[in-house]
Amino acid sequence: MTALVGLVVNPVAGVGGAVGLKGSDGETTQRRAHRLGAVPRAGERAALALAELAARHPEELRLLTADGPMGAEAALVAGFRPQLVHRPGRRTSAWDTTATVRALRRAGVRLLLFAGGDGTARDVLAAEPGCPVIGVPTGVKMHSAVFAVHPRAAGETAAAHLSSGLPVHPREVVDLDEEALRRGRLGARLHGHLPVPELPLRIQQRKTGATTPDPAALGGIAAELRTFLPPGELLVLGPGSTTHQVAAALGAETTLLGVDLLRREGAGLQPLATDLGERELLDRLAGRSAWLALSPTGGQGFLLGRGNQQLSPAVLRSAGRSRLLVLATEAKLAALRGRPLHLDTGDPALDAELSGHHQVITGFRRRALYPAY
Amino acid sequence: MTEGLIAPKPALRRFQQARWDEPAIFDLHTPGSRGVLVPLPDPEMSVGDPLAALPAALRRAEPPGLPELSQLHVLRHYLRLSQENLGVDLNIDVGQGTCTMKYSPKVNDTFVRDPAVAALHPLQDESTVQGVLELIHRLQRMIAEISGMDQVSLQPGAGSAAIWTNVAMIRAYFAARGEAAQRDEIITTVFSHPSNAACAATAGFRVITLHPDADGYPSLAALRAAVGPRTAALLITNPEDTGIYNPRIAEFVALVHEAGGLAAYDQANANGILGITRAREAGFDLCHFNLHKTFSTPHACGGPAAGACAVTEALAPYLPRPVVGFDGERYFLDDDRPESIGKIRPFYGVVPNLVRAYAWIMSLGAEGLRTAAETAVLNNNYLMHQVSRIRGVSVPYAAGRPRLEQVRYSWEQLAADTGVHSEEIGYRAADFGTHYWTSHHPYVVPEPMTLEPTESYSRADLDEYAAVLAEISREAYEEPETVRTAPHRAAVHRVRHETLDDPDRWAVTWRAYRRKILGEQV
Amino acid sequence: MTSTGPSVHPYVPNSVPAVRAAMLAAVGAESVEDFYADIPAALRLGRPLDLPAPLRSEAELVRHMRELLGRNTSTRQALSFLGAGCYPHHVPAVVDEIVNRSEFLTAYAGEPYEDHGRFQALWEYQSLMAELLAADIVNVPTYDGFQAAATALRMAARYTGRRHVVVATATDPDKLAKLADYLRPDHRLTVLPVDPATGRADLGAVRAALTTDTAALYADAPSYLGIVDPALPELAELAHAVGALYVVGCNPASLGVLSPPSTYGADLTCGDLQPLGLPMSFGGSHAGFIGSRDEERLVAEYPSRLFGLVPTEVPGELGFGDVAYGRTSFAVREEGKEWVGTAAALHGIAAGVHLALMGPAGMRELGENVAATTAYAVRRLGEVANVEAPYAGSVHFADFCLRFTGSLGAAEVGRELLARGIFGGRPLNATDALYCVTETHTKADIDHLAETLQEIAK
Repeated sequence: MTALVGLVVNPVAGVGGAVGLKGSDGETTQRRAHRLGAVPRAGERAALALAELAARHPEELRLLTADGPMGAEAALVAGFRPQLVHRPGRRTSAWDTTATVRALRRAGVRLLLFAGGDGTARDVLAAEPGCPVIGVPTGVKMHSAVFAVHPRAAGETAAAHLSSGLPVHPREVVDLDEEALRRGRLGARLHGHLPVPELPLRIQQRKTGATTPDPAALGGIAAELRTFLPPGELLVLGPGSTTHQVAAALGAETTLLGVDLLRREGAGLQPLATDLGERELLDRLAGRSAWLALSPTGGQGFLLGRGNQQLSPAVLRSAGRSRLLVLATEAKLAALRGRPLHLDTGDPALDAELSGHHQVITGFRRRALYPAY
Repeated sequence: MTEGLIAPKPALRRFQQARWDEPAIFDLHTPGSRGVLVPLPDPEMSVGDPLAALPAALRRAEPPGLPELSQLHVLRHYLRLSQENLGVDLNIDVGQGTCTMKYSPKVNDTFVRDPAVAALHPLQDESTVQGVLELIHRLQRMIAEISGMDQVSLQPGAGSAAIWTNVAMIRAYFAARGEAAQRDEIITTVFSHPSNAACAATAGFRVITLHPDADGYPSLAALRAAVGPRTAALLITNPEDTGIYNPRIAEFVALVHEAGGLAAYDQANANGILGITRAREAGFDLCHFNLHKTFSTPHACGGPAAGACAVTEALAPYLPRPVVGFDGERYFLDDDRPESIGKIRPFYGVVPNLVRAYAWIMSLGAEGLRTAAETAVLNNNYLMHQVSRIRGVSVPYAAGRPRLEQVRYSWEQLAADTGVHSEEIGYRAADFGTHYWTSHHPYVVPEPMTLEPTESYSRADLDEYAAVLAEISREAYEEPETVRTAPHRAAVHRVRHETLDDPDRWAVTWRAYRRKILGEQV
Repeated sequence: MTSTGPSVHPYVPNSVPAVRAAMLAAVGAESVEDFYADIPAALRLGRPLDLPAPLRSEAELVRHMRELLGRNTSTRQALSFLGAGCYPHHVPAVVDEIVNRSEFLTAYAGEPYEDHGRFQALWEYQSLMAELLAADIVNVPTYDGFQAAATALRMAARYTGRRHVVVATATDPDKLAKLADYLRPDHRLTVLPVDPATGRADLGAVRAALTTDTAALYADAPSYLGIVDPALPELAELAHAVGALYVVGCNPASLGVLSPPSTYGADLTCGDLQPLGLPMSFGGSHAGFIGSRDEERLVAEYPSRLFGLVPTEVPGELGFGDVAYGRTSFAVREEGKEWVGTAAALHGIAAGVHLALMGPAGMRELGENVAATTAYAVRRLGEVANVEAPYAGSVHFADFCLRFTGSLGAAEVGRELLARGIFGGRPLNATDALYCVTETHTKADIDHLAETLQEIAK
């Protein structure tokens, strides 16, 4: 059977990076980048991914994409004869990306490749692609967990997914606040999750003497978390896929992006209220003690102050440091490459109070001692 | 050979591994063939059907579906498979860091095959096994001296089993003091062997892992934040898998002791420090060695290995039973140890490997052990000097400091430049007849490579290994497809592994393959 | 020519002084001390290790080892009736040839490419063992049979989410010590006494012990006393009635004639590979196996590696890799995970070669011989005055119990036998001892033992 594969290229993705700008979002930035001599490379990298896909997936593929630099050019370079679903104007925009993704969804593609950075990932997310997605890394900022490590790897993963159906996991789309970044301040937001097929690290490299990382870590984290919560105890759960999946293991449906309040009941957790703001949290916690469980943002390690501002200094003080639980798999910590967890509650005194080594829960009976500043 | 009929060799070996394309042994089935005949019961015993009293459900109805082959065909099949491997005896096995792939002297194998070892039953009267008991006793004393500890058990089957044994002794020690419920935490580090954490968790402890700072080992502040009244023990490797020696190790141990905990030294990386520094000097209460690493017993495709646990007098009552004792006249199995944690495995340990380790130490002596250690460290620093000049490689942590017996390198730059990953470099290394390993998962060092040259390899070997890596780096930059499509000259081509995680298609056995993939009734 | 100083050693090529100096110069170091700069002086040993003087040459080493090990009397030099978990079986020469090949003996952790042969040999071991066990899953060997039983019981506990383990048959006390140590952190172990009259499982006691918190019912087939308990299938029903798994330890050498436990209800089968082509080695050549049905949830609980057969890029070529390496599970995990480490892979290859040589006919002949020889020994020795075979009504395999009812107890009889060049069985208590015969024993050997016992068992 012919597989339908969608492609969308953000032709301006990455132009800012080469000339030292902190991103490529916004027309002013893009014009500035062109004036500084930036040459778009997104198409070239998309073609590399497609060539890898074609080499590894000899069966027939039908590629659907947008015209010109938004896909057709890369497709032709890689030897495909694409079917066009969208014709952008002379100057492409985020709207063209979302329009293309919607058209691809209507056409029924099984897999979507997009070439861009975090901004493009946000646009793809907004368009609700309705199928697994693989990001071909071409942007400046690529903090989202939806990108392959290299354009060729994107092609390899796509080929493996089409031939044998890889496991698909929800992965975070995050984006930095570029304006803030250009002023020297780091800021990030979790926007949601895209379904991403993943090629397990099957590249052997497993010596006999090795102990495997615990793949059941999330279930283990859930079991460990439960040991803190006798029945009736309250838990405030921060946003993100780690906390979401840990709650799911304990039988609770929570919001991905919001802050939720739960109570230990029986062997699991019972949600009491979801997607709470600061005021609601303070009201509900007034005079009661609760545990607070958070997971750092993947790749950057923001623990507080990004995507969870509802957990204001007042909320945090009401819980207290001793009731703050940090959840992360060992793999997530390893991906921080030694960088500490970041705290930015907006209250320097509180940041200082929360600074130092935290015991991060990484599995059942497993903690990592990790610094936060 | 620079002149003459034969042209000089090229800089790199034109390796081609045997590729026999051997079928599964089940496909060699020739009905009715026999590989070996078994004695028939003596009819004069006239026992009739000895199984007649059994219910039908306990008598095998269908013969096992084993293949039938004549003897030569079994031999040939396995000889062909043997040629499709790269062991220490064949390759410059410096690429399997952390495992100390040193030469296992052939003469030591002859002792193991001798009936004086191979045909001993473990329950023979002690008077008939004085030789092997003396050997084990002498090896216990050698390990005690090498570690500085007081008593030794050679029972654990491998390094991880030895860690388990140490953790079980730690548990028993605190149980005897009524502190078992309170002391339920064990501290270890990211670059210690992951079995430390895994064994402690299996034993029911909560495990707290310390992460390194820029020097490559954790700070005292991190340890201080982890230590407390719940601390049972610190389990730590030193040097860790980075090859970096933690110079504050004695302070680490002291801090844990102050909190009432014990300190156990994982000596998996002892090969560079034999005779130079010991567990005793740093204040440890327990330690363990991997005899298949440091003491040269062969790795045997992944075991049998052997482990040695060494402890101070305070922990000695908890050693697994029996240990071998000597009363001044005779050697005996000391099984009367009421506080012992019990048995770790059947009988007394992996005796063939105890024999090999003993013979290895006897052939080197104190001076030889030190020479081995110093040479392993020299080899490692020499190799680091060669490898760190290769494009795309870096040596993370403790910049500019020497390493002891191994180095964890990073190809992060090469991967960023070329998209070629450390694992793929490993595939390509096989094309040059060399093995290569990255690191344990998860990768704390990005795109890791761990090399441990031991004392067994010559300068020319090390130069050759570095030249292979340099060539692969060049290829990654100039012709990445060569690397990305490797291996080209190994025993098989790239495997398609997609089905390995699919319960409907994974095939752990031939019968499962026939049932699930071929759709046969098995 | 420089003379070869004492520090040059054949196992250490770069100990040659000139090479050492050249390498130091290449890295810009004055001496190896430079590399040890991070080890504080206070931690230095500061003296040579106090070890025996080395044997300079291989010839001297061989002489020393021959002298030391020559103080042993092996089972080649005596008539041995010892078993109890370590069995005398013939090891075919081809098995020895294969496992002593450098290529297998010194391989370790190569990739499926450069160590393809190791992967295939171990996958074939899994497959051959699977035929013997009638199981679709068999692991890469763990350390030994004790560990296999301990791990199988922990697997059952994880699978059922329960914590209680019941042992129904007579079991080696050393194995029980291992189980107690290994299960201690999270589990409760109940060891039931067997029926003293028959040596078999006490079914009433088993029924009473099983609860809805029982994770596993464990039985040995044959039991420590060598008894093939006719109630083995019924124990499966009792276990399953309370939702527990049935875990059976078995002697693989018996499976040419005895049913594989999976066919009478075992969910997990385990045991020791030593009887399949491994020498006794003073109890040092053990390896453990675990087998089961191919059920995803059960597979997820194996802590061991499981190799799987896969295609390569070339049609018809066999490739291998780790099955379900991720073992992903999002269920709440409250069991300490077990470790994976270097264990006993080469013994798995030995067992595989052994099974390939034996084939179905060889395994049947082996089982028939051991069953017949054991039956003869039980009958013949039980006829000796002051000697009883207390469980003679049961079918035995290899091991069997003898009871000495005269003035000499089991240990004294053993000493008297030793004085006559015979290794008697392992004493179990004052009167009983566990004896063993296999296909390596002839009728004449057993008759000789009977005649000797006739003399001494007064």
